[in-house]
Amino acid sequence: MDTILDIQNLSVAYRGSPAPAVRGASFTLGRERLGIVGESGSGKSTLGRALLKLLPTADITADRMQFREVDLLATPEKRMLGIRGKRISMILQDPKFSLNPIRRVGDQVAEAWRVHVKCSKAEAREKALAMLRSVAIRDVERVYDLYPHQVSGGMGQRIMIAMMLLTEPELVIADEPTSALDVTVRMQVLSILDGLVRDRGIGLIVISHDLNLVRNFCDRVLIMYAGRVVESLKASELDKAQHPYTRGLLAAQPRIGGPRRPLPVLQRRPEWAEEVRA
Amino acid sequence: MKDIVIRDLSITLGEARILDAISFSVQAGECFGLVGESGSGKSTILRCLSLLMKQWQGEVRIGGQDVRAMPVVERCRTMQMVFQDPYGSLHPRQSVRTVLAEPLRIHGLDDPRGRMDRAMTEVGLPLAFLDRYPHQLSGGQRQRVAIARALILEPDVLLLDEPTSALDVSVQAEILNLLADLRERRGFTYVMVSHDLAVVDHMCDRFAVMQKGQLVEVLGRGALTGVPGQGARHPYARELIDASIAYDRAM
Repeated sequence: MDTILDIQNLSVAYRGSPAPAVRGASFTLGRERLGIVGESGSGKSTLGRALLKLLPTADITADRMQFREVDLLATPEKRMLGIRGKRISMILQDPKFSLNPIRRVGDQVAEAWRVHVKCSKAEAREKALAMLRSVAIRDVERVYDLYPHQVSGGMGQRIMIAMMLLTEPELVIADEPTSALDVTVRMQVLSILDGLVRDRGIGLIVISHDLNLVRNFCDRVLIMYAGRVVESLKASELDKAQHPYTRGLLAAQPRIGGPRRPLPVLQRRPEWAEEVRA
Repeated sequence: MKDIVIRDLSITLGEARILDAISFSVQAGECFGLVGESGSGKSTILRCLSLLMKQWQGEVRIGGQDVRAMPVVERCRTMQMVFQDPYGSLHPRQSVRTVLAEPLRIHGLDDPRGRMDRAMTEVGLPLAFLDRYPHQLSGGQRQRVAIARALILEPDVLLLDEPTSALDVSVQAEILNLLADLRERRGFTYVMVSHDLAVVDHMCDRFAVMQKGQLVEVLGRGALTGVPGQGARHPYARELIDASIAYDRAM
């Protein structure tokens, strides 16, 4: 398999906190879409951020953190600047907070290119316009000059995607990319992201609390509980999950047309947090 | 048990119609859902019903009484609201006891101890939690406290503004079970705002679809499960339902 990312025994501990937020997580990623699911506090976002070394207040340890030919663990901050946003980029949850409110959205997209490639302003603008077109924004010339408050949530998230894919990264980490969006818009944004990722052969990590999302849009799923990866399985086989936590999560979800009896409630076991993944 | 009748509820700010002649009624003991995209006015309707917002035209009757004509004390004892985010709706420096005692004191109710104990038991929290502060509670426990606060005045109507959208699936299941159980035992009338049609299908008998301040259609549960003759007619309602079903089922 064409491995993009190889993580072995990754642990992340926030300084001053008694227990590490991520404990001994291992996985590899090829040209595929990997979902990471878990409840709030399970360490899934911390894991995503640790891959980009975006956690100045935490200690990251691992046996191996290999991204292509780069050993992320040994890479100094100065070289990380050349990797972040160019070779690995990150899509955040809410465009309302992740776009700069006082700059035109088009300029923000173009900046992503100008930071990493030496070129003229006009070239960067052309590049940004083309990218905005490819995330299914009509009338790009007008949208380019808008400010973030003038665009809808779905449009904002598409702009965010354009910005993050502009530099043709090899790996995209999407942290709750659609949780802030309405259902009708969510599907559109996901299919645009999905299309671009497939066409360009980008490795994608989707971090989400939404089992439906990962089931529909990922090839493989990691389930996290209390900082540990408790189960890893194919998205299409999510229904056959073995771990009681995964099964509990699936059962607790109300479904359209489902029976109306009380939803099964997850009974947590202390050993889930401790046991080593088989 | 009290019913709710809303007639021509409107809010106009200058040119903008925030709510446009909303009319619907909820039977006593029913769980009625409000769905629609963000900004469509779902939560605003709840704020109008509870008079957290007062600048509206139209008429709202609960149990046959005009809410505007009700004295404040009676209104609070008729309906209570549970808010979306239990991290924001509980005072960080007040213990659960303080939160629950305040309404009892204001309304001068007897036996505050017994009432607090009953409310805590009803939402499934140990009595020792009365002395905890919000930061010592998990998200689900906080939402239980918010529900206990709503129950303490023994209202007839509960207004639920996305009561589970800030919670994880596993915790959401607990809260939905609690709400369903309370309705069965106490005969509450619920109006529930949600963006998740799976939750609406699980809880509600009927629901209204909102778009841009207008109520486009009132539908029965059959519209979600494909019962012939009960499907949505309005294009937006259909789009919303189709998207939700696709999201729920697509493989």
